[in-house]
Amino acid sequence: MKFGVLVFPGSNCDHDSYHVLKHVLGLETRFVWHQTTDFVDCDALIVPGGFSFGDYLRCGAIAKFSPVMTALCNHAERGGPVLGICNGFQILQECGLLPGSLLRNARLKFLCQDVYLRTETTRTAATGSLRPGQILRMPIAHNEGNFFLPDAGLAELSNHDQVVFRYCDRAGQVTGEANPNGSVDGIAGVCNRAGNVVGLMPHPERAAEALLGSDDGLAVFRSLVDSFQRYSPCRQVSI
Amino acid sequence: MSRATVRVIVRPKQSVLDPQGEAIQRSLRKMGHTEVVRVRQGKYFELEFSDGSQINRSELEKIAHEVLSNPVIEEFEIPEQP
Repeated sequence: MKFGVLVFPGSNCDHDSYHVLKHVLGLETRFVWHQTTDFVDCDALIVPGGFSFGDYLRCGAIAKFSPVMTALCNHAERGGPVLGICNGFQILQECGLLPGSLLRNARLKFLCQDVYLRTETTRTAATGSLRPGQILRMPIAHNEGNFFLPDAGLAELSNHDQVVFRYCDRAGQVTGEANPNGSVDGIAGVCNRAGNVVGLMPHPERAAEALLGSDDGLAVFRSLVDSFQRYSPCRQVSI
Repeated sequence: MSRATVRVIVRPKQSVLDPQGEAIQRSLRKMGHTEVVRVRQGKYFELEFSDGSQINRSELEKIAHEVLSNPVIEEFEIPEQP
């Protein structure tokens, strides 16, 4: 199984994701430059965090027009696993692959802190190996992480089991105090209907080595590997 | 062939929280402008076309809808008929 980590001008978490996949988990991994129009060798894709195109216009708004995104959309349509982290989440929303939008943090400050996340569904490519309700600790670092969706969209999200993570306290309670940025319903991460495309604001790639404070994030990457075993029959057909 | 500029205004939808607008309103209040009860912050674009006679409204709306605004949270206005 091979991972591809997308790189846009302004991405800055691509190396962290690459490090976790290649050096911590020992998986075949390569960078995929945003001008690439295909990546047939990659089975799963990471859309990393950072400030693609300087966050100009809107976060992720310009990245969605990069040539690589057409191939990524095709990959997603075929059921291929995709994980969008922070700016990556924003890019996937701008493309319409994930629901909702990410607004400026409610208290207007750039937030750089650890959060606790509660796993709300284990049917996705990034949470298949977690337990329902499992609590993960990992950092956030964002100015526009305030997840928003109008009420009708929220109801649909709930009906189709598309909420993946919620901000919670250490005990797993989803409270106002545990919500750092005002996200509606405490939502920290969502998936598409099929569950193969996942986006989250926190950084699992920065919580992948105990030496750095937490390795809770490793379970997210391991889930992607395990999900590939499940999706690989589709992958074979598409080749 | 003459150049022409079209203005597009993008603003947050009414249903969307605008903490930046609220911060501005609080600052105005502190400065003594207590009569300003609400502020919403949006974006302003100027699109300059090389040939004004070739501008069509539906192309402008496509640009505004697909690029300049995020339809989930924003709405746009093209104040003048090109």
